[in-house]
Amino acid sequence: MAEIGLKGRSLARLGLPKRIEWGAVLLSLPAFVMVLALFVYPFVFGFDLSLRSGAKGEGDWTLNNYQQFFNDPRQMDTIWTTFQVALPVTLFSVAVSVPLAYFMRRGIRFERLITAILILPITLGTVMVAQAMLSYFGPRGWFNQLLQGMGLIQDPVRLTRNWIGVEIALFIHGFPFVFLMILGYMSGINPDLERASRMLGASRWQTFWRVIFPLSLPGIAIAFCLNFVANFGVFPSATLVGNPSAETRVLSIAAFQAAFEQNNRPQGTSIALIMGAIELLVIVLILWMRGRLARGATMGGGKGA
Amino acid sequence: MERIEKLELRGVTRRFGVTTALHSFDLEIAGGMFVSLLGPSGCGKSTALNCLAGLLDLSEGEIVLNGRPIQDVPAEKRGFGMVFQNYALFPHLSVTRNVSYGLELRGVPKPERERRIRRALEMVKLEEFGKRFPAQLSGGQQQRLAFARTIVLEPGLLLLDEPLSNLDTKLRNEMRIEIKHLHEQLNLTTVYVTHDQSEAMSMSDLVVVMRLGRIEQVGTPQEIYNRPKSLYVADFMGYSNRLPVSLVAQEGQEWVVETISGTQLRASSTLQESTDWQPGQRVLACFRPDEALADPLPAVNHLQGQVQLVEYMGKTFEGLVRLQGDDGIQLLVHSQHPLENDAPVEFGIRPDRLLLFPLATSDNNPVKPHLEPALKGQR
Amino acid sequence: MTQQTISPLSVESSVSPKAKSQKPKAKIIGRGFWGRLLFYLVIGFFIINLIGLVGTVVVDSFAQRWFGTWLPPAYTTRWYEFITTDHDLSLLLFNTLVVALSVTGLALLVGFPAAYVLARKTFRFKAALTALYLLPMLVPPLAYGIPLATVLLRMGLGGSLIGVILINLVPIVPFVILILTPFIEQIDLSLESASQMLGANRFQTFRRVLLPLVLPGLLSAGMLAVVRTIAMFELTFLVADARSQTLVVALYADAFAAGIRPNQAISALAVVYMLTTMSLLVIALIFVKPTQFVVRLKNNN
Repeated sequence: MAEIGLKGRSLARLGLPKRIEWGAVLLSLPAFVMVLALFVYPFVFGFDLSLRSGAKGEGDWTLNNYQQFFNDPRQMDTIWTTFQVALPVTLFSVAVSVPLAYFMRRGIRFERLITAILILPITLGTVMVAQAMLSYFGPRGWFNQLLQGMGLIQDPVRLTRNWIGVEIALFIHGFPFVFLMILGYMSGINPDLERASRMLGASRWQTFWRVIFPLSLPGIAIAFCLNFVANFGVFPSATLVGNPSAETRVLSIAAFQAAFEQNNRPQGTSIALIMGAIELLVIVLILWMRGRLARGATMGGGKGA
Repeated sequence: MERIEKLELRGVTRRFGVTTALHSFDLEIAGGMFVSLLGPSGCGKSTALNCLAGLLDLSEGEIVLNGRPIQDVPAEKRGFGMVFQNYALFPHLSVTRNVSYGLELRGVPKPERERRIRRALEMVKLEEFGKRFPAQLSGGQQQRLAFARTIVLEPGLLLLDEPLSNLDTKLRNEMRIEIKHLHEQLNLTTVYVTHDQSEAMSMSDLVVVMRLGRIEQVGTPQEIYNRPKSLYVADFMGYSNRLPVSLVAQEGQEWVVETISGTQLRASSTLQESTDWQPGQRVLACFRPDEALADPLPAVNHLQGQVQLVEYMGKTFEGLVRLQGDDGIQLLVHSQHPLENDAPVEFGIRPDRLLLFPLATSDNNPVKPHLEPALKGQR
Repeated sequence: MTQQTISPLSVESSVSPKAKSQKPKAKIIGRGFWGRLLFYLVIGFFIINLIGLVGTVVVDSFAQRWFGTWLPPAYTTRWYEFITTDHDLSLLLFNTLVVALSVTGLALLVGFPAAYVLARKTFRFKAALTALYLLPMLVPPLAYGIPLATVLLRMGLGGSLIGVILINLVPIVPFVILILTPFIEQIDLSLESASQMLGANRFQTFRRVLLPLVLPGLLSAGMLAVVRTIAMFELTFLVADARSQTLVVALYADAFAAGIRPNQAISALAVVYMLTTMSLLVIALIFVKPTQFVVRLKNNN
């Protein structure tokens, strides 16, 4: 509270005008109204709906929908399943991206061509990637044929219609995204810092761990968050290349099934809200840790003049 | 770290693709010397420094430290220290941790580390600021921290890459004295890169003037200042007045020359090739504005003109003088006394301060910055 | 946009060997060599599989049948004829383009002024407003899509193109704002002041100074928005019906109901979809750098 008061005062001291700039308000209005109408309102509406009984939400207020979800082990398990699907691939994408981005931070040959190919999955979208995977990674697909041809395996490996299929699909889609984002962040680090580190006696390895990595952490955290959002909400990959009735029955499948297959909108909405809440909780946690790190770097230490 | 007895750069060359940033650079530095590399941006001075530091591989040549070639020793193993133009302080580490960085890497035990950090911070007057982060320091403090971080390691050679260029004038003059002070206190062999001739003059034992990737002149500040070997160096040293003249005769060390209006002047030359000059040849006579004397007037070399413009410079007046005759040539002249617009003036230049150079060819033209590969970090 | 200048020094130093070698020959296999090898192996493996994925679909769409061999025994174009009878292909293409262009146009119209305010003004709740704008990017599409689809269906917009366009605006507007704000920030404010001092009113300043300068940004944001909308599946899927669905939704429905029609027919539809996105990608790459497809993070080190 005290901090807010202080902020207000310091703003006034900065000489910022107290009057409202109607021009700026007018310019912001369309976007603001749009976010309110298409994003905030549906959540409020959905929250109300999820607290109602009856398949159309026509009944009285009740906690039934939430109770049903948390009491049904088949529904509860989707939370765990979603984490099992989303977390490993996010971590893996970040782990692969960091060293590659470090290597590429000052540019490489054929950079434009390589990045243009890398963004292909982002342009093709999840459905197309999943559909292509069914053939390519399928038991009789090129990938298995190649492995068999090289004598690496005897029988085809099952890479689709299961957990690993979803992981591959999410990696194909997420890795370029994470990689390019971390690359953009890393190449923004002043190269003189690396030179300074070497002049102070650090090897490349030491320079990476003591300078580049800590300075990249805020960017890595954001890339992790955005990729985690995409992986947590996985839907087409989980139904097409996964096993949507068992090991990859994630929250979005549960929500979709309840809302549109069983046509129980209140139930479906409650699951969607649970999904959003859990996911935002994870994001807030990561951003909070990132904030502590960033504060350490820029603001930490004593306050004396 | 190893003390420097003698450091030699022999034919050091560095190419970036098709452009050659540094041509066959030769220099010998004795231990304890303060050497400046002076030149405009793009002259190759930063390339030379980075080659010396080990941050750039050489295309050709060798670097010999105390008789031992070191050009293939990586930067982190040369034991040199460097202060960067933008300081390159680690933003995620506190002041103390920034200074501690190199000591930690060398495995210096904690008690000794703390002692050395304290001493280094005291030396640059930052002992109160140990817990702060670089972003919380002023420009001058950041600069001093960059020094502390480097000298705490007692480097054999200190490399300074335009360390003062981001400071305001007042701070720059203060830091200039502090750097010189530190240099004498620690007896550190120092190589200093700058584009500011007054910095190079005031601090160095040896000045290397560079141009287009080559050494133009090496000498003590006095030599460079009084006996510039080329029009380029003269220009850099403030010989801004250029009077086209033709040679009449050589008399001992001096030449007799004639201006367009027929005034005869006595001038001298610092060039080797001046011996080839023939009477009648057209050359340029150059002098510094502050070496035009009016009171007392020297015995020879008098010029008359009319004041066109006056600027008050604090201690002196600077006037733009249009010479009588001579196609309206305009010269800059300093005077202790107030000058008045349109008033006639007479001044003279001592023959040894009026230097002759060949007419400017395109190759000889003053300072044209050209592309230097981006050595400075993008901010 | 042009901060990617590659300094020769850094290229050199990142691959420079640290060995104590004197001969240039030995310099090729320095530490940089293994790093480079590993880098190109990993990237190469990824890219080869990508090409394999796309190649499989293309080959399959021309196969009579294809089962368990390297290449199909015989080729045909009949699956392309098949999908024109199976689907109303022209309607699918029409819907896809109408949705993509409308969403992009509306998102630019709404997002540009909002981005301008974020880039130029300082005010009390700026951080909160920015967070509100960007929140839709931090929530999975289905989490807000299900309640929003319910709202749209109750309003009678279910199955209409308007509903599809509205629901697709939710992630695209934040995306446009995110791209445009830094772009406007880097246009010198004094240019606008200078224009005003020279006697231009606000509208004239906007039209003659700001708009021409910001046009490349609008173009990039627009291209990226089009590509993203075409690939956006989940949201369209929730509100579209058979008459208002887009290519990607039809593709999903076919793939989901595999077995009803031959795999080759699905592949043919996938190729049509792919051609649409790829041609737009190629056009987009004329105007934007590939890295811009990904959110750029500000690095204030």
